[in-house]
Order: sequence, then structure tokens, then C-alpha cells
Amino acid sequence: MFADKYEAVIGLEIHAQLLTNSKAFCGCSTKFGLPPNSNVCPICLGMPGTLPVLNKRVVEFAIKLGLATHCKIRTYSIFARKNYFYPDLPKGYQISQYEEPICYDGYVEIELKNGEKKKIRLRRIHMEEDAGKSIHDQDVDTLIDINRCGVPLLEIVTEPDINTPQEAALYLTKIRQLVQYLDICDGNMEEGSLRCDANVSVRLKGEKKLGTKTEVKNMNSIKNVEKALEYEINRQIQILESGGTVIQETLLWDAGAGVVRPMRSKEEAHDYRYFPEPDLVPVVVPEEWINEIKKSLPELPEEKRDRFMKQYKLPKYDAEVLTSSKALADYYEQCVKYIDDYKSVSNWIMVEVLKILNERQIDIADFKVKPEHLAMLINLVNEGKINQTTAKMVLEEISETGEEPDSLIERKGLLQISDESFIEEVVVKVLEGNKENVERYFAGKDKLFGYFVGEVMKLTKGKANPKIVNEVLKRKLEEMRVKVNG
Amino acid sequence: MPVTIKDVEYIANLARLEFKEEEKEKFTEQFNRILEYIDKLNELDTTDVEPLYHVIDLKNVFREDIVKESYPREEILKNAPSRTEFFFKVPKVIQVEKPQKENEDKEQS
Repeated sequence: MFADKYEAVIGLEIHAQLLTNSKAFCGCSTKFGLPPNSNVCPICLGMPGTLPVLNKRVVEFAIKLGLATHCKIRTYSIFARKNYFYPDLPKGYQISQYEEPICYDGYVEIELKNGEKKKIRLRRIHMEEDAGKSIHDQDVDTLIDINRCGVPLLEIVTEPDINTPQEAALYLTKIRQLVQYLDICDGNMEEGSLRCDANVSVRLKGEKKLGTKTEVKNMNSIKNVEKALEYEINRQIQILESGGTVIQETLLWDAGAGVVRPMRSKEEAHDYRYFPEPDLVPVVVPEEWINEIKKSLPELPEEKRDRFMKQYKLPKYDAEVLTSSKALADYYEQCVKYIDDYKSVSNWIMVEVLKILNERQIDIADFKVKPEHLAMLINLVNEGKINQTTAKMVLEEISETGEEPDSLIERKGLLQISDESFIEEVVVKVLEGNKENVERYFAGKDKLFGYFVGEVMKLTKGKANPKIVNEVLKRKLEEMRVKVNG
Repeated sequence: MPVTIKDVEYIANLARLEFKEEEKEKFTEQFNRILEYIDKLNELDTTDVEPLYHVIDLKNVFREDIVKESYPREEILKNAPSRTEFFFKVPKVIQVEKPQKENEDKEQS
């Protein structure tokens, strides 16, 4: 209710788990879901006397993301130790970057609902290692799994340029899309391979000074980020409106209850005593390396969208939906190899395919209908061999079985009847059996035309070509009208 | 600014160390002496000197992204003072508090 009086200031920190095969500083596997403590070695366990060695691909991935987000790439970059005690961090420090992050001063552009574009500036992107996993709810004690320890992360930090939960969601969607396009992170927020923390404060509109901020954690989907920020902004406004002060603290979003709760940890000292990591030597990135990576960058979402508009003559909306994920865009491009009707393929994917994916909560990668089969199906519709309704039904069915559309159509006898003389027979039969309705139709009840079509479809079990049914019906009725009037 | 006993206590707490009073006093004095010594470096003019982050003149020591075998799990867990099956076990470290009563009242009003 006070929303118009206040403005929220939000900065996001995103952690993206990188799709490397091995960890950041040792050869242990990064595979998700292995038995606890099975991919651990003395290096990621922080045993004395071990030395970390940096995985080259981590640097490549960081530069890739930096280039894709218009960052400057630091040619001389170092690692730092961030010191704190927590049981899932056996070394007692996290290897991170502090003073010289590899990427800095970038931006990501989001498009607001009103079509306006807004730049969200990136302060930095830096390389670091993940901590292990603490499990608090399976035992009276806390259980520790070190598998994730040392898995490489990129931390992406924005300037406080975000002002609404919706902008935060748009920005996050954009980052997720980018990391997926670059194939450096799978972007799965539910499984925690993409995580987001938010710094939130509110201030009176027009005020220059920032308010006291809180940090909100534990938001494991884009929807939850939106909801948690909505809640936290309102909470802070209410505190200020009732004359209170916001306390700087860390809050956990409880998605089930829809509230944030203060996180009380026994490790509250936020004094990380960063210092340069003596075990790792500086990373020096020569210009040639950056150029090489630049050349290897895949087509990014906006470029792909523009190309789709041009190459396939698609409206912007279609191109945007189809390129929202690389996998979906690839699926589209696979389909149009087999069919020239670009717009129909787009319609089918945007409406029918996405509906099925949504209903079953699956990804396009798990969609059983091969691109060539979808193309075949659309071709059959275009050739008039089956009608739309049948095609939708066929798609629904083959998306469960993976069967080829033509074999299903043949097996079930679904081919559309386009034989005009046969359709004429049926039409005559329907009109003769409905003499009263025909009279009412002539008397002006135009709507009965649809009823006649329905009756013809019923008799042909939905297989009659609707276009021909319409033509024949119109012709027959006209003939009868002439007869009656004449 | 000289180090006080409060600084020593603060650093000891960050390092999870406990000391007797006389030890704290001794460390206060030692810390001050070390810093004084290091302070000598400030007498040098370093305006045009690039910061040195590493004493060895090496750069770009990388590994290729290749998975190597990890350690046998039983070996890894041998060091655990306490364990449950294949997990390390430590005292509960996190506690999420329910919002305080008065906050709840405020939310409802």
C-alpha cells in the first residue's frame, strides 16, 4: 500500500556451478548425485602439504561469460583466500578472487514489460570453489558431504541496479539463458547448480542514500526469487512505516510458508581476512587467448533471435520464444530442415509442444517426438491428409510412445477423407435425415450449418476433410434452396 | 595504531583459539613488535612499484580438465572423529528461528 512512496534497491549475486569434468583445483569428478564423500581427495579435503592446481577450463569458462556480458577481461588475475570456519569447508578457507577478479565492469540488458530496455551493470565475475554440503535435517547432528567441495563456480555480482522483483527475475532468466547457451552451467536452480542471493534495501523515492540492506538466501527457483523479494520489500516498508529500523541480517526464504526467517549461524563473524592465495600463481590472459575464445563463442540468444526473424521470417515474439533456450531453438532448426512452412512449425512448437512439455514438466531434451516426425506431421496436415484435430491427437500420443506419426495414422486409420464423392454421399444422408432442420436453416437459422458439419464429422469419425465438407455442404444446400424456391 | 588486548581477543576468536590472560598480554606485545618491524617497509617509496602478489615468478600453471581417481572413501573417513554411514558428522551448526511474536502480530495488523 506504500509501494508508491518507496523504491527498492536490489543487487544480485549469482553462483553458477561450472560444467567442467573435474574440480577447480584437483582431478576429482564434479558429477552430481554420487554417493557421499566418494569423489574426494586430499586436495579438496584440505590436507596439509597438498597443492591446488587450477583447471584451465575454469578460466576459459569465466572469460566466455565475461565476453558474453560485455565485461572487461583482466589480463592479470590472482586468487585469494576467504577465511571462515564452517564444517563443509575443511580447509578453513575458500579459494576465491578478491582484489583482481577475472571479469569486471560488464552489463546485461533486460527488456521490461513495457518494451523499455534496461542495463543491469555487472560489477564483477570471479572464479571460486564451492563448499561441501551440510545436511541439517536427517539427524540430530549435521551431516557433511564433501563431494561438492572444490567444484568450480563463477560468482556474478551486479551493481545495485535492480529495482523490482520482476526485474530481478528477468535478469536471472537472462543469466540462466546465457550460461546455458555458452554451455558452461546447466542452469538448474532446483538442483542448486545456479544459485541466487539478493541484497535488498528500500528507500523513499528520490532519496539518494541507500537504506539498510538485508541479504536473502535460499531461493531455489526464479519464481521464488520474485516471491521472496516481493515479501522482503514489503516487510522492510512496513518496518519503516511503523517507525522501526531495518536490521542488517541474513534471511532465509521459506518457500513453503512464503516468509523469510532470520538465519542464525554459529559462525557470525563476517571478517574473512582475505589475502592473496600463496598456493596458486597468477593467471595471465594474453590477448590471443581472449581472441581465440571470442571466436569460439556460440551464437548468443539475441543474435539467434534476430537470425530466426530474418532467416525464417518469424515475428519477433515467435523468435523470442523459440530461442528462449538453446535446446528449443535447436529443435526448431532440426524441424525446419524437413519442411518449408517455417511459421507452422513455430506455431506447433509454441502451442502444442510447449503445452505437452509444460503438462509433463519435462524438458525439450526429454521430448520423445523427433524433429523430423513433427515436421512429417505438419506436412500431413498441410497436404490435407489429416486434419488439425487428428494431428494434435497424434502428437499427444506419439509424445508418449515415440512412434512414427505415419505408422500410427495408418494403424488407427486416421487418414483424412478427401474423396469428394464419398463426402457427398454422407452430406446427402445427413441432410435427408434432418429435413426439419434444413427447413429451419432456409428460414434463416444460419447457425445450423455448423450442426450439419458436426453431423458429417460424426458419421466419418472425424476424418472428413473439413474444407471439402464445407464446400460440398454449401453446394448441396444451395441446390436444395433453388429446388424449394423454384 | 598499536594492537590492544581487544584485537588479540578478536583474532583469537576468529581462529577459534582460547588463551589465558597472561598469554593475551604476551601476544599483544609480540604483535606490536612484529607490526613495528614490518612498518619499517613504509619508509620506502613504492609509488611506482607494481604490487607483488606472489614471490615466485611463475604464471599460468594449469591442469587440463581431466578426471582422476579420487581417494578410497574409507581412507577419507578414517580421519573423522564422528561419522554416520558415509557422512562426516558434526554438531548442529545451523538454526533457523521463527519470526518473533511481535513481528507476527505486526504482520497481521
